[in-house]
Amino acid sequence: MTPMVDAQRVCKRFGKLEVLRGISLQVPKGGVVVVIGPSGSGKSTFLRCLNHLETIDAGRLYVDGMLVGYEQRGDKLHELKDKEVCVQRSKIGMVFQSFNLFPHLTVTENIVAAPTRVKGEKRTEATQHAQELLASVGLADKGAAYPRQLSGGQQQRVAIARALAMRPKLMLFDEPTSALDPELVSEVLDVMKQLAIDGMTMLVVTHEMGFAREVADSVVFIDGGVVVEAGTPGEVLGNPQHERTKSFVSKVL
Amino acid sequence: MDGIAQVQKAAGVPDLEPEAEPIRAVPVRHYGRWIGAVAALLFVALIVRLFALSPNINWGAVRQYLGNGQILKGLQLTIIYTLVSMALGVALGIVVATMRLSVNPVLRALSGVYIWIFRGVPLLVQIIFWFNIAIILPRVGIDIPGTHLGWSVYTSSIVTTSIAAVLALGLNEGAYMAEIVRAGIQVVDYGQTEAGLALGMKRSLLFRMIILPQAMRAIIPPTGNEFIGLLKSTSLVSVIAAQELLTKAQIIYSRNLLIIELLLVASFWYITVTTLLTWGQYYIERYYARGSSNRQLPPTPMQRFRASLRRMYGRDETSEAASQVEAGGAS
Repeated sequence: MTPMVDAQRVCKRFGKLEVLRGISLQVPKGGVVVVIGPSGSGKSTFLRCLNHLETIDAGRLYVDGMLVGYEQRGDKLHELKDKEVCVQRSKIGMVFQSFNLFPHLTVTENIVAAPTRVKGEKRTEATQHAQELLASVGLADKGAAYPRQLSGGQQQRVAIARALAMRPKLMLFDEPTSALDPELVSEVLDVMKQLAIDGMTMLVVTHEMGFAREVADSVVFIDGGVVVEAGTPGEVLGNPQHERTKSFVSKVL
Repeated sequence: MDGIAQVQKAAGVPDLEPEAEPIRAVPVRHYGRWIGAVAALLFVALIVRLFALSPNINWGAVRQYLGNGQILKGLQLTIIYTLVSMALGVALGIVVATMRLSVNPVLRALSGVYIWIFRGVPLLVQIIFWFNIAIILPRVGIDIPGTHLGWSVYTSSIVTTSIAAVLALGLNEGAYMAEIVRAGIQVVDYGQTEAGLALGMKRSLLFRMIILPQAMRAIIPPTGNEFIGLLKSTSLVSVIAAQELLTKAQIIYSRNLLIIELLLVASFWYITVTTLLTWGQYYIERYYARGSSNRQLPPTPMQRFRASLRRMYGRDETSEAASQVEAGGAS
């Protein structure tokens, strides 16, 4: 079976700064992979490359067997048109550290915006779906609220519902709990846990080691733009082999 | 409240004394403030008296010309020039601002040049320039290259005084609006763009649905100022006798020499329309403030007025509370 995510020696430079220096990793369909690493190690950049918010400079990046942002014709790569990039992105859900809800739209409008305007779903169906999703993240009564009327944890759960409304086959989480007050972290993690149980393929950048241990199929430690160590949570977090992994794990646990 | 009380109990904090002594202090008397206020009011009264009782101002004529047919026609044209030029200015402003923020270097440069020229040349000069455009472009039309086929008309028959006025005002306004729109767009957090892109939105949809409505909050207040400024700038087109309010006033006072009286009449109408625009701006700003804070918007003056009417006619407390809720909900 083709993996959902297949990264082959992905490189990314910002000017002279090499952020990714050959990242290779795979996420099988239905799998949950947690990426950990010190700040500035390139975790977030890697995630953003996956839906082409950043372009990569070298290597190959496949999502569900398709090259991200390019098309191979013969031995040449062709850039995808904006429209085709949009189609690729619409199948990948992304949750940001700072939520990025649309503040001028209500919660329901936030959720139905993309399904109706990008995928052309009927408004009644999209609203129905939004209501189900809100119920599943425990916010069934917040449809008419504006984002600023919600707590951080509630906003992030709405953001998850908004991403799920596009019925993605892959969910990317970019430090989804880092901007939250400590007592609000668990409500977001619980939603993510349920999502994993329901079989969603997830790639999660996080500092929540408890979540990694409990939910992840595998943990990848990235430092300096390369994968230093990968394996089951037990291996990477419980019995790290590399010095850098050991020192990182000892600091965050 | 319950939560706090519980926490206090849990933490062993004693309950607050039920009868804490309220503060009843003698306020400090601010004599300086009273003296300042009286002096300022006296000064204003003097100036009002100067105008009101001046033997050189014929207030009867002012009253008479306020409703004069020619003046009202001029007022109508002033409003039309303002609306059309503003519409042109806003449309140009949005287009030029998006060009200015485009990834296309040619579009970026061209929009920069447009803003540079139209902000750099005084509006009065631009008005006279458009009025005389026929000198450099006597005819406008379409030629089919390599043939003698073509169609053209005299520029002066298209660019009438009114068109020259609207072109000058609108193109000038477009340059200012472009900068206002650009600033408004740049205020919107880049995370909004990322979130929209990640959902698969195309740039055009993202701009219309996500960026522009949020930019509007930053765009509306300076645009209101521009609108009021533009209303007053229409008086400049009196130099090309564009038949708006000031031209009409000038035509009348050149005949009867009631200069100050007719300027007062024109001023009255300018200030009246400005007041109406300020009022409209208030409501538009309220509309775009949706979702901007977790508090309810304060009631509008009209809602406050109705609430006070209700209070005067002695409705009971419950209907008062209901009306407050209604006022908040209507926002």
